[in-house]
Amino acid sequence: MGKLFAVVVVVIALASAVPLITHTWYGSAIRLAPPEDISTHGHAIDEQLSETMIEAGLSFLAAQFVLAFFVWRFSSRPANAEIKSFPGGARGLVIAAVVLVGTEMLALGVLGQKAWAAVYFAPAKPDALQIQAQAGQFAFYFRYPGADGKLGDLHPDKIDEGNSNFFGLDPANDVESRDDIVTGELAIPANREVHLLMHAKDVGHSFYVRELRIQQDFVPGLDLSVHFTATKIGKYEIVCTQLCGLGHYNMKAYLSVLSQEDFDSWLKQKASEQ
Amino acid sequence: MSEGSAQTVQHQHAPPQSFIRKHVFSLDHKVIGLQYYGLALLAVVIGMGLSWLMRIHLVWPNAPIPGLQWLSKTGAPGGIMTPEYYLSLLTMHGTLMVFFVLTNAPFAAFGNYFLPIQIGAEDMAFPRFNMMSFWTTFVAFCILVAAFFVHDGPPLAGWTAYAPLSAVGPDAGPGEGLGQTLWGLSIFVFCIASLLGSLNFIATTLDLRTKGMTLARMPISTWAWFITSCISLLAFAVLLPASLLLILDRVAGTSFFIPAGLVISDRLQPHSGGSPLLWQHLFWFFGHPEVYIAILPAMGIVSHILINSMRRPLLSHKVVIYCMMGIGFLSYMVWGHHMFVSGMNPFSALMFSFPTLVITIPATIMTLIWLGSLYGSRLRITAASLFALGFISMFVSGGVSGFFLAQPSIDIFLHATYFVVGHFHMVMGVAAIFGVFAGTYFWFPKMTGHMMDERLGKLHFWFTFIGTYCIFMPFHYLGLAGNVRRYSAFVDDFLVPLIPVHRFITIVALLTGAGQLIFLYNLIHSRFRGAPAPPNPWECTSLEWSMPSPPPFDNFGGNHPVVYRDPYQYGVKSSTGDYLMQDSPEEAKA
Amino acid sequence: MATTIQPPEAEQRQKPVDDGRSGGGGVRNLVPADGSIKLLDDYSPEPSRTGIWVGLAAITMSFAAFTSALVVRQATANDWRHLTLPSIVFVNTLMLLASSGTLEVARQSIATFVREKTGNRTIPLLWLDATLLLGLIFIAGQYVAWQQLRAGGLYLASNPNSSFFYVLTGMHALHVLGGLGGLTRVIYKFRQPVFGLRRSTLDATSYYWHFMGILWLYLLLVMWLKL
Repeated sequence: MGKLFAVVVVVIALASAVPLITHTWYGSAIRLAPPEDISTHGHAIDEQLSETMIEAGLSFLAAQFVLAFFVWRFSSRPANAEIKSFPGGARGLVIAAVVLVGTEMLALGVLGQKAWAAVYFAPAKPDALQIQAQAGQFAFYFRYPGADGKLGDLHPDKIDEGNSNFFGLDPANDVESRDDIVTGELAIPANREVHLLMHAKDVGHSFYVRELRIQQDFVPGLDLSVHFTATKIGKYEIVCTQLCGLGHYNMKAYLSVLSQEDFDSWLKQKASEQ
Repeated sequence: MSEGSAQTVQHQHAPPQSFIRKHVFSLDHKVIGLQYYGLALLAVVIGMGLSWLMRIHLVWPNAPIPGLQWLSKTGAPGGIMTPEYYLSLLTMHGTLMVFFVLTNAPFAAFGNYFLPIQIGAEDMAFPRFNMMSFWTTFVAFCILVAAFFVHDGPPLAGWTAYAPLSAVGPDAGPGEGLGQTLWGLSIFVFCIASLLGSLNFIATTLDLRTKGMTLARMPISTWAWFITSCISLLAFAVLLPASLLLILDRVAGTSFFIPAGLVISDRLQPHSGGSPLLWQHLFWFFGHPEVYIAILPAMGIVSHILINSMRRPLLSHKVVIYCMMGIGFLSYMVWGHHMFVSGMNPFSALMFSFPTLVITIPATIMTLIWLGSLYGSRLRITAASLFALGFISMFVSGGVSGFFLAQPSIDIFLHATYFVVGHFHMVMGVAAIFGVFAGTYFWFPKMTGHMMDERLGKLHFWFTFIGTYCIFMPFHYLGLAGNVRRYSAFVDDFLVPLIPVHRFITIVALLTGAGQLIFLYNLIHSRFRGAPAPPNPWECTSLEWSMPSPPPFDNFGGNHPVVYRDPYQYGVKSSTGDYLMQDSPEEAKA
Repeated sequence: MATTIQPPEAEQRQKPVDDGRSGGGGVRNLVPADGSIKLLDDYSPEPSRTGIWVGLAAITMSFAAFTSALVVRQATANDWRHLTLPSIVFVNTLMLLASSGTLEVARQSIATFVREKTGNRTIPLLWLDATLLLGLIFIAGQYVAWQQLRAGGLYLASNPNSSFFYVLTGMHALHVLGGLGGLTRVIYKFRQPVFGLRRSTLDATSYYWHFMGILWLYLLLVMWLKL
């Protein structure tokens, strides 16, 4: 039965690797890989992902094959067969582990630092387009500063969903909020950095756009933000990834990446609808 | 004070007479170990049932599940699960599995039963604390299960119970009423039970070893239980205050975790100043060591069984033990890797990523030593050794996916996707459970005096090994595709095309679950009708195999064993065969 | 190659004199520095000695978690409102510290009692009762402190400072109650006509009790500095 174990392990290891190489579910058109990257920082993440996949994949296959081979070879020996020691003994293996894992870590750690830094350490450019996103049970809303370039203050006690005052603005007393544009869709111009200010209305939520390679939690009480630049025109899903209640599965909005002219006319149209 | 024969010692407590004293409120560590095992078995059956309900709902959302409406009229009217009930089942699944199965079975159950025996003691250091520890766990279990039946439904904030969703109370929606408070209370009580248990393990290991049983001569399984109890002591000591503060936020109006200005259900919440991240830090400071509490005993059990099955010692036991200590120590430095995108300081992400990657080193060393020890061995294939070997395969698979998640930049994409779910299920839900199965098949003869059916055991192995790979490997692919987790339904254009993969997983999950009936049947049938077991059917060297099966009340019949050597004397020539027991005065020839 | 050691000479492991060892007990099993593996006839400490330190480590960790929650909470928002500690708290502190003193005197006199076998339990009991009384006064005083805070309009949820005051003092008081239970047990055992108090029980209870004092001083310092 040791030989059966070895065969099964090898089959499982190879079968596991197939979708990771073909990027599809066995014999189907179902794509099982990250969608196309439409951001300026995403390629570093994707590179790191591929590097890790190769190293992890090779380690995985090697370990499973060695397990299978050793079980095959040593599981049906006669009762008086000589017990042999692996060459190099424990010390060799410790050194191998430290060296192998150490170099992998170094490589990925150094690589990874750059990708992480691009998203999180570099501040948003001063001329980035500022938009505020609010996450609440169970929808996203977005707010653009109007002509005055400023976002008005938020007053949670003034939130009135029935009258579409999702953010709790007080235009009567707060001049800056009078020209704010509130939408349910996040439209942005392509190739322009966007600085997304994130505000949580009630509980924890998260902002996740797979194609943008961006994910960031909304934390109630914290002023968080992300910045990114989208490079490809299209419509992409923004989904909530932080468990927020019964509507969590359905909490989404759309990111529309438009050309600058299309964006300008969209914004003008939205402004007139306020 | 009896002088008597050599090494006769009076036992700590008199032999129990009544049924209650023997089987219910027992001070005997063996009975307590079995009680923990039974509780874990009950919890895993419920937990697995919940997972089936979840999987069925995901792929056949409109099909009524017969009978579900009796469990919850509001949660599943007409047998069709509401989104909130899915999340409630998800929460209860996670909580039951992590606390009542993975902390109980490998550690509390087998550890309680075999740690005293493997070190040559008559019982744990504090038998009354031990009894209290089990019954307190049982009370925690009852409190948790009660949450199923409250009006507002069981809690739905996940086993991680992030604030403010878990802290604000009923305004947050169904599932966040009394159910969540009971959850907090259950965890609070569980922490107390766990601390009592860990205290016992540590004191017993340090102080109750028999003559000749130096620390270096303890079996690796004992070392694993000991290290686990040290981790557990400090980890649960942090979850205890955290759960208290959460309960206070819920019922006493405090604001430890709830900031100002929250508008939930159209109501401005009367809290201010609290920090949701504080909950995450406190919880994960416990939560990460917790997962090592789940896996380390399995590593110890598997090592012990492998050495016995391979008929040779590991290439180095000291290295394996130091690695386990290293893992235990490092486990306290990595908790932030659950919080890379949580809004905490991005610099700290790198500080957490580094030790998370470093922890790969001792894990790799252990894996290489297991593999390297297989070389040149005389491996015996039994149900127990198959699960031990399967553990290695699973541990590699689960560990490798951890390598992705340890890197913050990759985690930006993979966080909160099925990739994470696949990772932790493989290491905890499969590998750790394989350790439990291996331990069961190995120690069943000792605990009951009967052998389990080997053929059924092997069949159970194949079902489970192949089945769990088919269930949890695809989770990783789904995660890479961007499949978000904790969704009660897949309704949007991005996720709908992935449903066929989920359907495959669900079907395999149901089949694999059904396969566990083989194990249950084997367990129960063998207990009563299994072939009588010789005292040492596996020809193992550790002290538990030098006593009758099942062991008498005071383990060594009043005679403390004397230990002459380490438990790795295999491949030697002795009067018993190719091994030499720890307490045998015989000298082996090479 | 098997490595074994010489079997020991047939030996009588004698039951040690009952000087407070808990049942069972183990052997120290120290391996001498020269590498020879000798079986030493040296008994391990009673498990309750190790146990008490392990327990105190867990309690320390819990209060460390409370402390870090306090520090983080303070930094999170600007709703920290200075809380003046009720002055009775300092009186309570003196009571608790005094109780540690009386406990130590009690232990000395118990040692004398055991050594000289006079059979006169009065003095040790006096000091043990004094310790218990001072502990009860401490608890009562803490209750008065809570009442004083309430009279000033500060309840559990009034502000984060008051929340932490109640939580920290409350949790400490709970643990002190546990200590009082231990002291009661010690007194009960000491009173038995057949002397039944183990050294290890007395020691464990004492260490716990002193730790309550040390912990209280720490909490007092944290609250005085931070709240």
